[in-house]
Amino acid sequence: MINQHLDTIILLSGVLFTIGVLGVLTRKNAITIFMSVELMLNSVNLALIAFSRLHNDVTGQMLVIFVMAIAAAEVAVGLAIVISIFRNRQTANVNEINLLRW
Amino acid sequence: MIFDIVIYTVVFLAIASGILVVTGKSPVTSALALVFNFFCIAFLYLLMEAQFLAAIQVIVYAGAIMVLFLFVIMLLNLQEDITLLESFDLKKGLMVLIAAGFLLQVLYILSLQLPGWSSSPVAGQDFPDLGTAEAIGKALFTRFVFPFEMITVVLLAAVVGAVVLARKKVEND
Repeated sequence: MINQHLDTIILLSGVLFTIGVLGVLTRKNAITIFMSVELMLNSVNLALIAFSRLHNDVTGQMLVIFVMAIAAAEVAVGLAIVISIFRNRQTANVNEINLLRW
Repeated sequence: MIFDIVIYTVVFLAIASGILVVTGKSPVTSALALVFNFFCIAFLYLLMEAQFLAAIQVIVYAGAIMVLFLFVIMLLNLQEDITLLESFDLKKGLMVLIAAGFLLQVLYILSLQLPGWSSSPVAGQDFPDLGTAEAIGKALFTRFVFPFEMITVVLLAAVVGAVVLARKKVEND
């Protein structure tokens, strides 16, 4: 039954990825930017599972597991960096974090 | 028919909560919308018979990662952010254009590839045991055992890095 809707799901994946891109580009708060990145990773997972279903192949689901593990690692390190920066400069606004700007 | 309605409702809810993540005023609003979005996506995984990954999605994403986000939000005491709609200038318009470019790419690829999907021989069948824990475990510990081990190394490095970064500096020890 779901097979007729796989193109809808791929389209949803594209729309969610676009929303994530918009969030990463326009938000100023570092934590909201991280959340938008999570949104993008999830949309990619959705597309991978749809393709895995389409081809009756478990490889796509393996890739989803690896993406999830890397996302968890990325969130742990990224939020630690945010906390560290906030402790030193009292802000999480990416416009004011310009220490490495050329 | 009912199945169609369910699918389109979930897709609509996922898009609406995704938009709320980006346009929400406070980070807490964004985080809660993101949790809702994760549940919608987990439901879609279930419909695509990826039961194991649906469970993992709820446990790891909606559980562990979002708790981490909420902890940090509460810890940092952030003030309200200026959102996309309140201060719309030329720079943000350019960024909306870039995002629209992404969407156009996806639509273009869809228009190239998708029409033949429903009639392809594989698409009509049902695969009852594609996403069970048994099938995933078999693949994970045979063909994909080396990437699996590498993931453990990456996670260890991430944990050590997070501890080192978030640790408070010890003065004159």
